[in-house]
Amino acid sequence: MRSLKFLIPLVIALGIGWFLYAGLGNNPLEIPSPLVGKTAPATPIALLNEPDRTWSPEQMKGKVWLLNVWGSWCSGCQVEHPVLLDLARQNVAPIVGLAWKDRPQASKDWLAKLGDPYVLNVSDQTGKAAIDWGVYGAPETFVIDKAGVIRDKHIGPLTPEVLAGRLVPLMRRLQAQ
Amino acid sequence: MSPVRALRPLAALTFACAVSLSAAATTAPPGGAAAPSPPAAGTAAQATAAPAVPSATPAAMPPAPSSATPSVSAEAERRYKVLSEELRCLVCQNQTLADSNADLAVDLRNQVHELIASGRSDEQIKSYLVERYGDFVLYRPPVQRNTLLLWFGPFALLLVGVLIWWLVQRRSGAARAAGVAEAAAPAARTDDAALRRARALLDE
Repeated sequence: MRSLKFLIPLVIALGIGWFLYAGLGNNPLEIPSPLVGKTAPATPIALLNEPDRTWSPEQMKGKVWLLNVWGSWCSGCQVEHPVLLDLARQNVAPIVGLAWKDRPQASKDWLAKLGDPYVLNVSDQTGKAAIDWGVYGAPETFVIDKAGVIRDKHIGPLTPEVLAGRLVPLMRRLQAQ
Repeated sequence: MSPVRALRPLAALTFACAVSLSAAATTAPPGGAAAPSPPAAGTAAQATAAPAVPSATPAAMPPAPSSATPSVSAEAERRYKVLSEELRCLVCQNQTLADSNADLAVDLRNQVHELIASGRSDEQIKSYLVERYGDFVLYRPPVQRNTLLLWFGPFALLLVGVLIWWLVQRRSGAARAAGVAEAAAPAARTDDAALRRARALLDE
């Protein structure tokens, strides 16, 4: 017993080392959303092309769909755009585009120039709808199931890996339900 | 080095601090001491005009000096200040909503204003934000199962430290006592043995 005592500091040091090392893998910019597992906020949002009319997530009931939060000012959105176009071509699930704190004209220009992967475009100029969705940085992508419950949220640009590894399998599973 | 000379850098530092503090007191708005960067000379007047919110929010303007009676808006303003100091900006994560100039922080401050105006209590406003952004928005994390370690871990460590110190103290105390006893004991023991041997010899 006594002979093993010298191991105690070593064990403590290894413990602290493991704890700190595990912390290195965390991304402090990714804050898990408390909305996952809850019903999507019902706040109506103005349509991009017809600002007088609004759209609300309830209109998507019965479908598995994605909400993609973007803005023409957001560089990460530009990175992710080809991935979204690709996803739209594969016809996995309808994608609703939420232009966040963007001038409607700038949003329209962007879509005209780079292509429009969205089945529907809504525009949140004041940022109020985004607060309801717990958005804190574009791009963000939500997966919503047939019952209107948020099932997953991806923070940052979508990549083919994230889609193939996580979101597409999830959507397929939800669609089968 | 003479003690006086040694104190000179310290005195200079104190003086510098005093100067910058008094400068901050004259230019910075109340409660704005934690602002990320001191305003440049040109913007100093502007900064004093709009204490907490850089955006053009009418409700954030300081109350007019003519209003002698404490109005509801003054109370709302006070609550707003406290709340925005307790809530975290999610973009620049180590700043409060009050300190941050991020776009989202401006939106969230406006939202807090509106919620106060609509008659929600501080607790309701906090839970409104926690529902959307999680406990991360609170600078003071709530005491719950997954924060127990955070809240009580340091005290547990302190306790462990005290325990180790006490054990070490007790052992070294015991060792010292044993040392004293041992120092005294050999003589006694030899005496005992010698006496016994002597008795045995005498008895033979």
